[in-house]
Amino acid sequence: MADKPAEKTLIDIVTESDHVKDLKGPELTGEINVPRVEEGYAVTGNYAHVRPYPAKPDIMDSLGFPETIVDNWEEAAIKRLGELLEKYKSLQVYLDICVRCGSCTDKCQFYLGTGDPNNMPVARAELLRKIYKKYFTTEGKLFGRFAGARKLDLKVLSEWYAYFHQCSQCRRCSVFCPYGIDTAEISMAAREIMDAIGLGQKYTNMTIGKLLEVGNNLGMNEKALGATLESMEEDIEEEDGFPVKLPLDVEGADVLLVTPSADFFASPHVESLIGYAKVFHQAGISWTMSSLASEAGNFGMFIGNYTLMQKAATRIRNAIEQIKPKRLVVGECGHAWRIAYSFWNTLIGPFDSLDPNYPAPQHICELTLDLVKRGAIKLNKEANDEFTVTFHDSCNVARGTRMGTRPGGQFTIPRELIKASCNKYVEMDPATTMEKTFCCGSGGGLLTDEIMEVRVAGAMPRMQALHAVMESDGVNFMALICAICKASFTKIMPKYGVPMEVAGGVHQLVGRAIELGAKE
Amino acid sequence: MSFEFEGKTYETDDDGYLINLDEWNRGVAGHIAEMEGVEMTEAHWEVVDFLRNYYTEYSIAPAIKILIKEMKKMFGPDKGNSAYLYNLYPAGPALQACKIAGLPKPTGCV
Repeated sequence: MADKPAEKTLIDIVTESDHVKDLKGPELTGEINVPRVEEGYAVTGNYAHVRPYPAKPDIMDSLGFPETIVDNWEEAAIKRLGELLEKYKSLQVYLDICVRCGSCTDKCQFYLGTGDPNNMPVARAELLRKIYKKYFTTEGKLFGRFAGARKLDLKVLSEWYAYFHQCSQCRRCSVFCPYGIDTAEISMAAREIMDAIGLGQKYTNMTIGKLLEVGNNLGMNEKALGATLESMEEDIEEEDGFPVKLPLDVEGADVLLVTPSADFFASPHVESLIGYAKVFHQAGISWTMSSLASEAGNFGMFIGNYTLMQKAATRIRNAIEQIKPKRLVVGECGHAWRIAYSFWNTLIGPFDSLDPNYPAPQHICELTLDLVKRGAIKLNKEANDEFTVTFHDSCNVARGTRMGTRPGGQFTIPRELIKASCNKYVEMDPATTMEKTFCCGSGGGLLTDEIMEVRVAGAMPRMQALHAVMESDGVNFMALICAICKASFTKIMPKYGVPMEVAGGVHQLVGRAIELGAKE
Repeated sequence: MSFEFEGKTYETDDDGYLINLDEWNRGVAGHIAEMEGVEMTEAHWEVVDFLRNYYTEYSIAPAIKILIKEMKKMFGPDKGNSAYLYNLYPAGPALQACKIAGLPKPTGCV
């Protein structure tokens, strides 16, 4: 007798998806065309089948969420939305003030790439806004769908699960919104509500779990970290002939470097780590990394959960107390720099024990550029003559932070540093850089393979702009300061016929150019 | 998720990585490789063996850079480079070779 097929759970229903393998990106022409919304072109819901894996019960439980979708989930979701509206006045404002002017519609890389109108930022926000109207506004309660209100049901929830995971929270749409509506915050709130009712996304929640359990997103324990750093020290000495160190847990070091754990593990990330080490070595700065704070990243932000964000950030506070450094420096990581720059002070500050003569925290690019300008280190640009370089602004750095003392430092400082490291530098189309930069397509918790279809589509605008300068100027290196961007591009570029080696770190270039040894 | 092999059921995660690392043996590794479209040769086993030994000691797969370096030490520069590893495991040595070696999928920004 055949087994009766297992009955579908709520989780099965709302996360049901269809994962396409062996994807190829569209042909690169250098042009970014806006999908036309009419029959035969853009089809609402044509990407609804792309949904990430749900988080398993044990992970949900370990983060303090219900193991699976709770019985009274509608009620629980509305309650959580109510709490968020109380806590974040900004969220209520964003849900209230949209006038549907349409400025945002063609600004999202996921709409441009997928052609699914639900990926227009306004439509994405509407998925939550309609529910808000139904349960929290008088007109919505009285006039229902005539006032743009919608009842929360399983269909809504499955749309939330699909489309709030097709948003990388990059905030490009916000730049163009005349009201400054931050769709990323709406998307974070929606994910927070889903987690609160027992519907979490596997990749993000598992990564947060690893960070809280082992100390970093990778799950690399102290022993493995120590061995990895030692092995890399050997590499550097073998290649360059200088005893450049990668110190770990050195109490009393002047600088505590907090960097994404991908820098210890993935390629091309490790090349930037080697770059930072060479900078500290040559400048004679005493520095260390910390096994307590072996992760700059903090995926708590992606699910809008302040409690988890603070829990994750507290490890850095603990590391400061243990190491007692004078300065706190952050490595190449986009969302980490946003959290460091914009949130650390309230999450784990104030940083009274640090030397007030330095920014706390300080971005590694600012530190290195300052050393170059003061002549404390010398860069030999010829070492990078095989490259024609361009720079991809990472969304969280570009639109959520600053560097240095001047407005726009987050744009100028990395560029100045790249130009000090190489002879040939080319900008991509200005409609795709600085505050208008496109996302790599995998930020905000989207860096997971089962939604590759969305990631490849979302990378399309950046790939077009890159392709254009590859054709016109022979660009063969796109410098990055984000671990997610690095991981994303190395995987997605080949699907567009671009070699993965074209993506690399800014400090990868610095590491190649820096002159080691006795100073004149 | 799970798969059947020689009358035994193996639990895997959503991407087909073995849940219970102790269930791994060469037979089941060969079966996973087959599902991946990889034909295991002596050269493939060299990588898998190294990964398993490293994992036993450190509870995590090695960084790609370390894998390349150690391969170079053991088998010479012809085998100690990225192109060689990608040739053996087209979906990427970190993901595909780890899957065949029965190691969990890495998390984070990799």
